[in-house]
Amino acid sequence: MKAFAELFNAIDQSTKTTVKVNALAAYFTAADDLDKLWTVALFSGRRPKRAVTTTRLRAWGAEVAGIPLWLFEECYPIVGDLAETIALVLPATQTRDTRSLSHWINDLRAVYEADEAAKKAFVLDAWARLGGRERFIFNKLITGGMRVGVSQKLMTRALARASGRDEAELAHRLMGNWHPDDTTWHALIEARDATADASRPYPFYLAHALEDGPEALEHPAEWRAEWKWDGIRGQLILRGGAHYVWSRGEELMTDRFPELARAVDYLPDGTVLDGELLVWHEGAATPASFNTLQPRIGRKTVPKKLLRDAPVVLHAYDLLEWQGADIRAQPFHARRALLEAACATLPAGAPVKLSPQLPFATPQDLHAYRGGARDAHAEGLMLKRADSPYLAGRKRGDWWKWKLAPLTIDAVMIYAQAGSGRRANLFTDFTFAVRHGPPGNETLVPFTKAYSGLTDKEFREITAWVRKNTLQRFGPVRQVTPHHVFEIAFEGIQASPRHKSGVALRFPRMLRWRHDKPMSQANTLDDLNEMLRLYG
Amino acid sequence: MSHDPILTFTPEGIYCPAGDFHIDPWRRVDRALITHGHSDHARWGMGRYLATHEALPVMRHRLGDIVAEGIGYGEQRRIGGATVSFHPAGHVPGSAQIRVEVRGEVWVASGDYKVIDDGLSTPFEPVRCHHFITESTFGLPVFRWEPQGTVAAQINDWWRACAAQGKTAMLGAYSLGKAQRLMAMLDPAIGPILCHAAVENTNAVMRAQGITLPDTVLANKDVSAKTHPGAMVIAPPSALGSVWSRKFGPQETGFASGWMALRGIRRRRAGDRGFVISDHADWAGLLWAIRQTEAENIYVTHGYTDIFARYLKDLGWNAQVLQTQFGGDEENETEGSGEAA
Repeated sequence: MKAFAELFNAIDQSTKTTVKVNALAAYFTAADDLDKLWTVALFSGRRPKRAVTTTRLRAWGAEVAGIPLWLFEECYPIVGDLAETIALVLPATQTRDTRSLSHWINDLRAVYEADEAAKKAFVLDAWARLGGRERFIFNKLITGGMRVGVSQKLMTRALARASGRDEAELAHRLMGNWHPDDTTWHALIEARDATADASRPYPFYLAHALEDGPEALEHPAEWRAEWKWDGIRGQLILRGGAHYVWSRGEELMTDRFPELARAVDYLPDGTVLDGELLVWHEGAATPASFNTLQPRIGRKTVPKKLLRDAPVVLHAYDLLEWQGADIRAQPFHARRALLEAACATLPAGAPVKLSPQLPFATPQDLHAYRGGARDAHAEGLMLKRADSPYLAGRKRGDWWKWKLAPLTIDAVMIYAQAGSGRRANLFTDFTFAVRHGPPGNETLVPFTKAYSGLTDKEFREITAWVRKNTLQRFGPVRQVTPHHVFEIAFEGIQASPRHKSGVALRFPRMLRWRHDKPMSQANTLDDLNEMLRLYG
Repeated sequence: MSHDPILTFTPEGIYCPAGDFHIDPWRRVDRALITHGHSDHARWGMGRYLATHEALPVMRHRLGDIVAEGIGYGEQRRIGGATVSFHPAGHVPGSAQIRVEVRGEVWVASGDYKVIDDGLSTPFEPVRCHHFITESTFGLPVFRWEPQGTVAAQINDWWRACAAQGKTAMLGAYSLGKAQRLMAMLDPAIGPILCHAAVENTNAVMRAQGITLPDTVLANKDVSAKTHPGAMVIAPPSALGSVWSRKFGPQETGFASGWMALRGIRRRRAGDRGFVISDHADWAGLLWAIRQTEAENIYVTHGYTDIFARYLKDLGWNAQVLQTQFGGDEENETEGSGEAA
């Protein structure tokens, strides 16, 4: 555990990638296979099953620290991390334990099925044996989520250096749904893996935002326009009789979208499509809102009812592989022609559909399309150069996204809460309200929270203000004098009986701090309801 | 007792009606007793100042031409109907707790304090009293300081490693107090110690009053990584990563503050290293100090006031929170804006 804790510390305390990669490579060279396997797993979001509930951990932590539980609970949001809070409040000790990371994980797994007394004895014993840093790691193992400032890419680079293997091949091996519980270091990294190539996705091509409008693009005839759909970008791979669905974050999502399994019935083997996963009810003119897709994203297994209520269809807009050949270097119009041909025979119920192109002659036509984007349930337009190859990553010049301006509303800040982690001791999470009722008898109705969009300087400024203008505290939440008006931007609005205001916003954030607006000029609940009527 | 309280809390600051003076006021008053020279406690514009002999030079340096008088630690002085004396607070050189006695009732305003000996400041001395006014900058059980020697070893190890790699070690610290404490912890055998002008000016003031500091070099325009390889640079946090810092070549940055105990804040500062060291008392230090006073009434002025006061009440003290305008040094230190005039 000591070696792993030192690695964690070295990565955590540096902002320099070379330092991180060096520390990882040194660790991968020295550690044994089981420790390496678990280290790769932990740093890529895989973790041991939770053996103890956090409620118990908090209670035991407070008990061992000799402080009341309420005091522990006050500290937690300030520190922003449960594992760290516990490690900090426990009495100081020195580590006197030489067990390895994987040894500790095995011991942890041994108490999964144990009764509570045995679990408590195990945890308290660990706290007594481990010093500050190792204790923090141990708590992280129990609570899950070993987030550390190292990307999968950096870890792969270090692994390539330590093992002498090809980085791209390692990156591929580390993708997908493996877990240390059902693989070995040898099987994961070293063994020949015949299925590896079948599921390997192509890097996604990402567009830049078009700020100035389509007038900036010369020669309209060289461009193609499509809706910019409001769903999840996905790559559908049909190879070797199987199918794989990858997200833009290179997460394998095959099991989350079982309806796409039928694609193998309609499209030939050796096909890779780029498109958007959308909830689209059969016969509907437009896709359902992003909100209906939301429950599908988090679920690894999908209940029947959800499959029925929120059926997902891939709207394909590009073809990357055809008849087993990588065609990314071909111009977009040629790939598109092949895609249209491939999709021509798809029946109505197929889980793949062709995403249409929008014919246009002038920039005015594009403005007209964009004006109707909200009605089409799209978030704007995509503009792609007809002769462009399919590039890797975000490259400027050939693909542009021309998004709709967000909806905005001016709201009054009424509650503030300190952030956690990096934003500990800064007030960054705010609740906003709109005005409601007749003048003189006006109330403020909270309708959304937002925590992003301000600069560090603005956050510092508002933090100082909140400290001086707190009316009341509810745990970590402070009610502040209603005074400051912020322009809140959001991508969508829908009715929500769970919210006091009756609405829920999509991706709300602070667009501007309206120093120029007094509270009396903030928007009202009627304004909000009008937006719900227009855009909901 | 139907008397007025010995100390009251007014819009100007802490006030003693019997002696007609204020302690660390934040608005202009005629007579100000000052616990220490940090800008949230010693403000400009008071008619007369009274502070310890050791605190005055820095106050004059910072506030300019002021009417001020010095007093020794433990020396009693009669002001109106009050007897006042200043007692070591251990926060920075010259810092004091101010004891006020009227008709046998004793109040102590402690300003900022820490209870361990930093080797530079006159160490904290508990003062028995009936009413104790305390800070709570680090008034949470998550804050626990390691012995100074442990932190000194961490900093020197880091400096040695930087020097060995041909890098300059850049340490960010508050320029009055923390910076001098840190340089006194350094091992001068490792290399030269360079100071930002804000720090070196304070060094000069302290040396002139007889405080022993290690040899330092003002990091002016002639000083760089070339002239002073393997150096340790001590600068206000805001100077790190600035244009000024570039001349020190390949470098690592460290921050020395109690806030570095929290991983999130360490990461937000985005330095290479965070050293947990503070001129304020940690959780155990605050509770120890309060117990030593044997006071029954505790007033919590700045920091995690509500939580700390609630805990004191749980333990049986008569504790309450006071709204003040204290909290200017380490409160803001993490944001690099702690050097307000």
